Amino acid sequence: MGLESKLTNDGFFTTTIDALASWARENSVWPMPMGISCCAIEMMAVGDPKYDIARFGSEVMRFTPRQCDLMIVAGTVTYKMAHVVKKIFDQMPEPKWVIAMGACTSSGGMYRSYNVVQGIDQFLPVDVYAAGCPPRPENLLNALMQIQEKIGKTRVKDFPDAQQSGFDTKPTDLSLSKN
Amino acid sequence: MQKLTKDNVHPKIVQALLGADSNITIEDALENEMILNMGPQHPATHGVLRLLLRLDGETVIACVPELGYLHRGYEKMAENMSYLEFIPHTDRLDYISPPANNVAYALAVEKLAGIIAPPRAQYIRMLLAELARMCSHLVAIGALAMDVGALTVFLWGLREREKILDFFDVICGARFTTSYTRIGGVASDVTSDTMRNIITFINQFEEKIDEMERLLNGNRIFVERLEGVGVISKDDAIDIGFTGPNLRASGVAFDLRRATPYLFYNEMDFKIPVYTEGDCLARYFVRADELRESAKIIRQVIDKMPNGEVMLNSPKKVLPRKIEIYTKMEELIHDFMIVNFGINPPVGEVYHAVENPKGELGFYIVSKGEGHPWKMKIRSPSFANIQAIPHLVKGQMISDVVAIVGSIDPIMGEADK
Amino acid sequence: MKELLKEKLAKQFTTVQFEFIEQFDELTLKFDKSAIVNVCAFLKDEDGLKFNFCEDVTAVDWATRKKRFTVVYHIFSMENKFRLCLKVDLDDSECSIESVSSIWKAANWAEREAYDMYGITFLNHPDLRRMYMPEDFEYHPLRKEFPLMGIPGSVPLPKK
Repeated sequence: MGLESKLTNDGFFTTTIDALASWARENSVWPMPMGISCCAIEMMAVGDPKYDIARFGSEVMRFTPRQCDLMIVAGTVTYKMAHVVKKIFDQMPEPKWVIAMGACTSSGGMYRSYNVVQGIDQFLPVDVYAAGCPPRPENLLNALMQIQEKIGKTRVKDFPDAQQSGFDTKPTDLSLSKN
Repeated sequence: MQKLTKDNVHPKIVQALLGADSNITIEDALENEMILNMGPQHPATHGVLRLLLRLDGETVIACVPELGYLHRGYEKMAENMSYLEFIPHTDRLDYISPPANNVAYALAVEKLAGIIAPPRAQYIRMLLAELARMCSHLVAIGALAMDVGALTVFLWGLREREKILDFFDVICGARFTTSYTRIGGVASDVTSDTMRNIITFINQFEEKIDEMERLLNGNRIFVERLEGVGVISKDDAIDIGFTGPNLRASGVAFDLRRATPYLFYNEMDFKIPVYTEGDCLARYFVRADELRESAKIIRQVIDKMPNGEVMLNSPKKVLPRKIEIYTKMEELIHDFMIVNFGINPPVGEVYHAVENPKGELGFYIVSKGEGHPWKMKIRSPSFANIQAIPHLVKGQMISDVVAIVGSIDPIMGEADK
Repeated sequence: MKELLKEKLAKQFTTVQFEFIEQFDELTLKFDKSAIVNVCAFLKDEDGLKFNFCEDVTAVDWATRKKRFTVVYHIFSMENKFRLCLKVDLDDSECSIESVSSIWKAANWAEREAYDMYGITFLNHPDLRRMYMPEDFEYHPLRKEFPLMGIPGSVPLPKK
């Protein structure tokens, strides 16, 4: 985490830089579209001129995990595909967040069958679940805004490897506003 | 690095790749060959398709596709739910044009049950099927152009598609996965306001296609990247199972709307675009021409739309209307029986195929007289189209693989079922 | 077309017993599995029939009959615009049948799918591997004894 790992106490200067870094991070969330099935089409629709996602800062949907910080898992995850999703999630650098888009990723959706993982939270840490089959593009934008809110409240001491650098371990209250 | 050989250590798919019959011989070859995995997650494959390529430098010697990353178990689920409950599942087969799948399924089950929907319902189904065809071809052309590098056309195509999705929203209640048809008709009626708006949309649509074609047809990079790439001859195309625009680009004038007419297509006047070159550019031209033909069909459908009901009045097989359920006894009982036990078609089997935007979508349903099918097989066009990829990419460069997959336009939701 | 078909088949294959079933405007042909390759080659090449397009190859599991599986072929003649359905019954103990992928290339993957889902072996198939399920999967999902939710532990999941 570069500059921030040098900051070790909660003085005024450091908390301002902290807040500034979080503000910059939340307004330039680059999603990694893990588009698997129908929800991927709605994710493409979020990128089109009508429901522009670029105005939220997600200007580019990079298809390489190394350059992204948000993974939008869009589509039914089967057991065979779960290994691929996990591999790509592991390749994303920290800090990273996950949106489980649609009913299939949240809980298996309408597919109660032998090959569908009943919810990706069985193998991935999910931050926001977007409901719908598929969720309307406005719904996905709402999920993105909730992720932005969550990122905005995150401070350096919440990141996993910050724990080892000797920060005080009381985590920030990341519960989202009730709406 | 020594030449790779087959042995018991590699999984079967790699053995298939190494043993694939190839008649490509390259003089002055590099000393080593490479296996490249164009994995399930890749910006250019249309969904989760895994291609294993055996390369010599940049030339593809052999290719083995692997499916199954989106196998959701449709056929097993169909054996456990009633015919009406399966309609939302058919949406998610070819998920770029959901109404077309609904229409195909409803026609197959109606053939089995021995009922025919009223004429107005059939015209509305034709209207939706053609709008869905336009949606699908807009995305197909856009995705092909995007794969080859022309990013603008994709966004223009999606902009037009959003207008069509607004119509679906008004007619069907959902913009994307519509689940609109029912056994015996369609769920609700289309008002004349909507039809007037559709005509307004079609009037301005034809110049939008012209705009997109102006960008692409004269673009030297686009044309040179697609011309002569992935050529398949007429006999090979029929033999390997191609259907739809891919088949018509190889010179075979075969369209299920003309060969085995269903709905009221034999009363509509439209051409079937056929090109003979069989390469990626021909497949693109067929799709662009089909957009225009679909616009023509929609005008005729709206012109000739008859008045009448949209659901058949046959209480034992078709869900009755809500008003009657609330006030009459027999309809209440029939509704209860149909929802809980399913429509009970006679014992038998049926195979019905329609012309989906991607090709021939067929449903093979075996019924034992119960409310749920004994077996349902979905013959999906993308499954058969992907089978041709190893044949098409032999001898081409890696970047051509992307163009070929884009021009075949597979959708993994139906290929993997 | 149906009469022409019956006539030609009776003339060419005197030893094979054909059963014709007509339902819902469709014609189904049932016969023994030993004749499959010869009948299919005849149907494809003979003048007047020319069934050059193989739409689908699939199987039905009847679960309680003695002849447990039925392999179903849907073929189409583009010239005559006629669809035909071929059916062959198989026993559970020896569920294997000759492959027709040498006649129609389109049958190649369809037979692989039937093998994956039902466990029917196709002899002389160029590449008989599983289609959808992972290679080391032990069961055949569409058989009637396989539960809808699958068998726990049969496909591994990555760790969290």
